[in-house]
Amino acid sequence: MALDGSLERLRREGHIVVVGASLAGLRAAETLREEGFTGTLTMIGDEPHEPYDRPPLSKQVLLGLVPVDRTALPRRRAIDARWRLGVAATALDMAAKRVTLADGTSVEYDRLLIATGVRSRPWPNELEAGLDGVFVLRTTDDAARLVHRLRAGPRRVLVIGAGFTGSEIASVCRERELPVTVAERGPAPLVGALGGVIGEVAAELQHQYGVDLRCGVMVTGLEGDGAGRLRRAHFSDGDALDAEVAVVALGATRNTEWLAGSGLAAGPRGIACDAGCRAFDVRGIVSDDVFVAGDVARSPHPLFGYQFLSLEHWGNAVAQAEVAAHNMISPGERRRPHLWTPYFWSAQFGRNIKSVGVPNMADQILVSQGSLSEHRFTAVYGYQGRVIAAVTFDQAKWLEFYQRQIERAAPFPLPFTTVDRRTEGMRPVPAGFPDPSVPSHGPEVTVSGHSPTDQRVTFTPA
Amino acid sequence: MTSVALLGQILDHANRADPYPLYAELRRTPVVRDESGPYLVSTYWEIHSLLHDPRVSSDVRNLAPEARTVAATDDPDLPPSFIRLDPPDHDRLRRLIMRTYGPPHAPRRVYDLRGEISGIVSGLIDRFQGRDRIDLVEDFSYPFPVTVICRLLGVPPEDEHRFHGWADTVATAIEPPSGTPEERQVHREAVREARHQLAAYLSGLIDQRRRAPRDDMISGLATERGGDESPMSVSEMLSNLTLLLIAGHETTVNIITNGMLTLLRHPDALKQLREDPEMIYPLVEELLRFEPPVQLLPERTTLDDIEIGGTTIPKGASLWLVPASGNRDPKRFPEPDRFLPDRPDNQHFGFGSGIHNCIGSPLARLEAQTALTELVRRLDNPRLVEDPPPYRRNAVLRGPRHLAIAYDGVKR
Repeated sequence: MALDGSLERLRREGHIVVVGASLAGLRAAETLREEGFTGTLTMIGDEPHEPYDRPPLSKQVLLGLVPVDRTALPRRRAIDARWRLGVAATALDMAAKRVTLADGTSVEYDRLLIATGVRSRPWPNELEAGLDGVFVLRTTDDAARLVHRLRAGPRRVLVIGAGFTGSEIASVCRERELPVTVAERGPAPLVGALGGVIGEVAAELQHQYGVDLRCGVMVTGLEGDGAGRLRRAHFSDGDALDAEVAVVALGATRNTEWLAGSGLAAGPRGIACDAGCRAFDVRGIVSDDVFVAGDVARSPHPLFGYQFLSLEHWGNAVAQAEVAAHNMISPGERRRPHLWTPYFWSAQFGRNIKSVGVPNMADQILVSQGSLSEHRFTAVYGYQGRVIAAVTFDQAKWLEFYQRQIERAAPFPLPFTTVDRRTEGMRPVPAGFPDPSVPSHGPEVTVSGHSPTDQRVTFTPA
Repeated sequence: MTSVALLGQILDHANRADPYPLYAELRRTPVVRDESGPYLVSTYWEIHSLLHDPRVSSDVRNLAPEARTVAATDDPDLPPSFIRLDPPDHDRLRRLIMRTYGPPHAPRRVYDLRGEISGIVSGLIDRFQGRDRIDLVEDFSYPFPVTVICRLLGVPPEDEHRFHGWADTVATAIEPPSGTPEERQVHREAVREARHQLAAYLSGLIDQRRRAPRDDMISGLATERGGDESPMSVSEMLSNLTLLLIAGHETTVNIITNGMLTLLRHPDALKQLREDPEMIYPLVEELLRFEPPVQLLPERTTLDDIEIGGTTIPKGASLWLVPASGNRDPKRFPEPDRFLPDRPDNQHFGFGSGIHNCIGSPLARLEAQTALTELVRRLDNPRLVEDPPPYRRNAVLRGPRHLAIAYDGVKR
């Protein structure tokens, strides 16, 4: 393939189509140009906006520190692309190498990159979801609507789901001095991503900041007034709460429906690909024309037993897009694997939270530096006697060290002394992850076994 | 086990003008024990790794007394400043300082100084008029950062002169001891006296600002309630303010002096900067890599055995990291001994890295950017009178003692 000239032709005058014009799509396009692709590049995105950054939406934008239209992603270079924004891709024909769009047109490709990401999981009852005052938060349009309503000073905000997004929204509400109730089906906030031990810390912080935190309950119904405005929420424990705003933060759904029937190994878990970002078809055979990157991808990771990981992480989207783009225009022997160590951050209740590795694979946890009770610490996760992840609250500068321990498969608990080791750091305890078959708000890392077509686990909210 | 005898040569004043060949020799063994005791780490990735390693302590109390070779900058009558501490004490103090110095609580503190900084720079350069030669150190690099620190802290202009005097004397404590035993004793007494006067002055100012706060750092520290942790005691404030004073003073002097020296040695870069002032941003980063103001990070201690670079550094060892050598590591920086003002991917150790990474870096960058841009813009045909210039004794905070520059005129 390297020598037959077809790759050279592709690099010079081929047509590459990127479906998904957000972080992963943009960075892939830039990498393609950076690495010398001079052919035609088409960017397809269902949102009408140019690529923008999402992490600030639940933080600086909701706080009102950054206007909603000022989160466009900085460009690394010009990409000279044909933009098809505001038009979703609706179908893929792999044999004809063609993507069909919502406006009925279609685009043919030589190589395709799928980076369609995820969308927020809506409130399951459509009538209730349509009430004025019920929101989700994923896009700038979502953020614009929500920030407008928060600015008006609602008497109470209800956040449904205490994952990272829900917790960040609750934190913003408290900074805006708005009364806020958080309803979480699991035993604590962040429990799906970081486990019960850290979840307890998150709960303490929410209490300290004046959140009305209700764990172990589900919201069973949202009630409107005669004018179709949200008035009240009902809980599984029989309680009811008056609220003018409800934000549904129940995790995300992968945008793979448009691939139904395409023959790709795509489903609710995402699109399976190999470590080189090549998509698997349903038979488990990799494609040479179709690549995947970002939140919608699930790929095997050697550090974690070659299990397929789906990562809704900003840094993963960037790293995977760069690898995918490189591999799309490189011969086999020059292709690279995507070996990114999972990494994410959050800002909430005055704390900077960062994590590396895959915490929810862990069975045990140990506080290696600092103290849980001070809400400032570094905790290390162990899985079957090796270090698998770490999380820091306000101690992010140590994280790199622990990342190296994960990458070296260092033994757990780590057999050495560090600065700021407290008595609570002497013995590991169970990490306290809930049964993954009953997720509470959709963890941002999903481990889904070894099969590219593994679609057994499906999520039903509330 | 192999060892080297390089630390003595690095500390030897005779090698101050160009220590880089010694660093290159040192890098042949990335982690090595010096005959004099400490372990030296000289390669980029090994330094990077140890700066982020929680088994490395900066608490001087963990160090065996015989390993304490560098003159302590801390006042024996005050608690240790935060760079001499480990978490959690270090973190608490650093957080309390940050609450009144940087984002998220005080995001405008440094940014709002930029007008004053420009004014101070202009004022100092105006005084070069009517002369054809300056000593950059005495006439510019030394007075400039102290004035900036006075404004940052909130020292009233009428007290600045006294403040300069104490600062100059206190700062000499970081120089390695020299002279006869009697001279040393006299020097120690002078430093002690200056410390006490400075501390008394600062105590008074803290007290005033506590009663009538203004928009400055001393007011911030004096009135800070500390969020969820205990606020700084007055003795903690004195200890850390003295540190900020010395650190902000002695390093900025060297960035600016080394900066002009490097530019005058690289006329193409100087011309480039004069034609395109935007060039200053990558140029200052390259300067921080090429001639870092802090050459060595001495006296850290291992709390456990650490395996690194093919060596096991035993628990309790004294560790000297050499960031100035890491900055010239060919495995990290292509053509490391060339000064490339627009060098890409320049993650240098000019401000260290990890939890002790320089708290003053945003201010130092702004000072260096402003000063060098203006010096280059206004001095007509500047040239070195003496190369190499005479160097200060200090090997850690390395820089010229004087830098004579001749010129044809001063532009407006």
